Amino acid sequence: MSNTLQIVWLIPFLPLIGFLINGLGRKQLSKTLSGFIGSSVILASFLISIFVFLQVKSGNTHVAHYFDFINTGSLKVGFDFQIDQLSSLFLLIVTGVGFLIHVYSTSYMHEEESKDFAKFFAYLNLFIFSMLLLVMGGNYIIMFIGWEGVGLCSYLLIGFWFKDNSNNDAAKKAFVMNRIGDFGFLLAVFWLIAKLGTTDYHGVFNNIDRLSLFDITGITLLLFVGATGKSAQIPLYTWLPDAMAGPTPVSALIHAATMVTAGIYMIARSNILFTMAPFTQSVIAVIGLATAVIAATIALKQNDIKKVLAYSTVSQLGYMFLALGVGAYTGAVFHVMTHAFFKALLFLGAGSVIHAMGGEQDMRNMGGLKKHMSITHITFLLGCLTIAGMPPFAAFFSKDQILAEAFEKNLVYWVVGVLTAFMTAFYMFRLYGMTFLGKFRGTHEQEHHLHESPSAITLPLIILAILSVIGGWIGIPEIFMHGGDRLETFLEPVFSKSNLLIESLHQKHELSHNTEYALMAVSVIGALIALVYAWNKFSRYEKSTTEETGIGKIIANKWYVDEFYNAIIVKPMQSLAGFLNSIVEKKAIDGFVNGVGKAVNYGSRQIRLLQTGQVSAYMLMMVVATLILFIIQLFL
Amino acid sequence: MPINYYVFLALALFSIGVVGVLTRRNAIIIFMCIELMLNAANLLLVAFSKIHAATSVLATAGSDAQIFVFFIMVVAAAEVSVGLAIIVMMYRNTHSIDVNFLNRLKN
Repeated sequence: MSNTLQIVWLIPFLPLIGFLINGLGRKQLSKTLSGFIGSSVILASFLISIFVFLQVKSGNTHVAHYFDFINTGSLKVGFDFQIDQLSSLFLLIVTGVGFLIHVYSTSYMHEEESKDFAKFFAYLNLFIFSMLLLVMGGNYIIMFIGWEGVGLCSYLLIGFWFKDNSNNDAAKKAFVMNRIGDFGFLLAVFWLIAKLGTTDYHGVFNNIDRLSLFDITGITLLLFVGATGKSAQIPLYTWLPDAMAGPTPVSALIHAATMVTAGIYMIARSNILFTMAPFTQSVIAVIGLATAVIAATIALKQNDIKKVLAYSTVSQLGYMFLALGVGAYTGAVFHVMTHAFFKALLFLGAGSVIHAMGGEQDMRNMGGLKKHMSITHITFLLGCLTIAGMPPFAAFFSKDQILAEAFEKNLVYWVVGVLTAFMTAFYMFRLYGMTFLGKFRGTHEQEHHLHESPSAITLPLIILAILSVIGGWIGIPEIFMHGGDRLETFLEPVFSKSNLLIESLHQKHELSHNTEYALMAVSVIGALIALVYAWNKFSRYEKSTTEETGIGKIIANKWYVDEFYNAIIVKPMQSLAGFLNSIVEKKAIDGFVNGVGKAVNYGSRQIRLLQTGQVSAYMLMMVVATLILFIIQLFL
Repeated sequence: MPINYYVFLALALFSIGVVGVLTRRNAIIIFMCIELMLNAANLLLVAFSKIHAATSVLATAGSDAQIFVFFIMVVAAAEVSVGLAIIVMMYRNTHSIDVNFLNRLKN
């Protein structure tokens, strides 16, 4: 108990307090006060997280046990927080990026009414609380509480502007799709309990030999179903683009930087399970790759600035799953981190643009914003260069690490991954060109309104831009700098078992330096060509009214996946529900219930006639009844 | 005398009482018929008591039921006074002692 890390309960506790104050006092608190409370609790959590990180860095890991959460005969689940390399890194990402987005929100949401403003911060704080529970939990049950909590907050925040019904539909879609995934997660946890009787990470990972290959494959597949829901992978990815109906800071915080990486965290946390299930790993790699490609193609033709970023998020998440699938756990976590920086930056930059355009999200009506919004423009450009994988920005290192590992595993993975990287560069610079270059295509009123955003918006942008540039330097590959991959060294204890296993299974042949340089060169040069091409093409973009044709039309309509889901799932479900409503509910169940009532009513009306009020009639009945009893007594 | 005679007599009296109650509408006659049934029961009690005393070795055997009959008579006398009072009140209110007039609670 004397371990200094025992105080980590403060990290999730402070956002919870912030949630309670803002949530309960939303009618009393002024905007300044609720914004201040909401942001300062996250800042405090962030400072404690830094302390925790430093402790962990000096080798102090700890499982803090607070009380028994579930205690029945054979099953004991403690309310535990596990603090190690992986969770301390996620703590920094969640609270750090979370804090910047809180600060950003104080300005971005300023036009809301004061009670809605406080409600927004209450939800954001609740989200941070749930996310912290998710990453700190010392067993799958605590993780599941956070897992459900972030899903709930995502629902609440997507539907924040609930007066517009399409926002509610998007919120419901997100919630239902997440629930499908959560069901898989829950089944996996039950399976673990049935086989091992524990959900503690230590208990599970140390007793892994007691599981058969079938068990491990089943459990990991179910866990992966959970991850596809939360992290928007095929087949459950369609909720994420719709989730952009929420306020932009929400898109940045929940639907780009933190919540959607929960699935990656969960798989990285259970890395040893997944390493022992090669079949699941292949499934993850293929699904991740397919998601990356499909989302990237869709992003090529979207015109809504947030939709492009949303599909880009789905695509980048696909990369992370590809990394998990080929066993590059460090690469996945590295990409989670860099992605959190640059995608939060891009979303917040897009938010700044939307703010300046007075709510306009269609890029066809933008253009030439470069000269009006210099800070937003520069930070956004840095973000675009980062996501395009240009050296020496952050994503270059993380993406390169993933692609190199994919190359080792299978050449096809690498080819498709690199093609996706080219597409990424193309659609990001299409977005950049259409938004910031060329001439303004919006209305006169909008042009008059254009202005640089206030400092509460630009400051987070600048900080995130710096992080996007230098964030990758903690994972510099060995060939550039000896001992440069500090992240790998830092995370080594978490992934050591898996790494040992991978090495023992198939002699891991190190790539020669020349191959590695060649791989990098291909991806950088290809991305650069795509970038320059997009820059040239879209800096001269003119509004055109011609309809898309052929493949372009299919892509612009997102491969008709939503329509497909509607046809095969939503429509049959609705007709089944209609059948149950009109036939089973109204005819059968209501008929039975009403029939019982009618029968009693009718019966009592008949029996009532026996009560004539004639004394002799009553007497007669008495005598007849007595005689019957006598006869029964005598003869039976 | 065999017990059968007493039993048949009591049965006859009781049946007359029952039929009287069922068929007659005059409250006083119904009342009398009730008394008839009561006394049919008394007759049986006394008769069985007598038989019992004849077959038993105990000196006091059979006296219980006969004492019991006295109690019934006392209670019946009290009941008659109450019943007649009711009939008097009934006559005062309805100017009739026909029980079929007393069905007004029906509705």
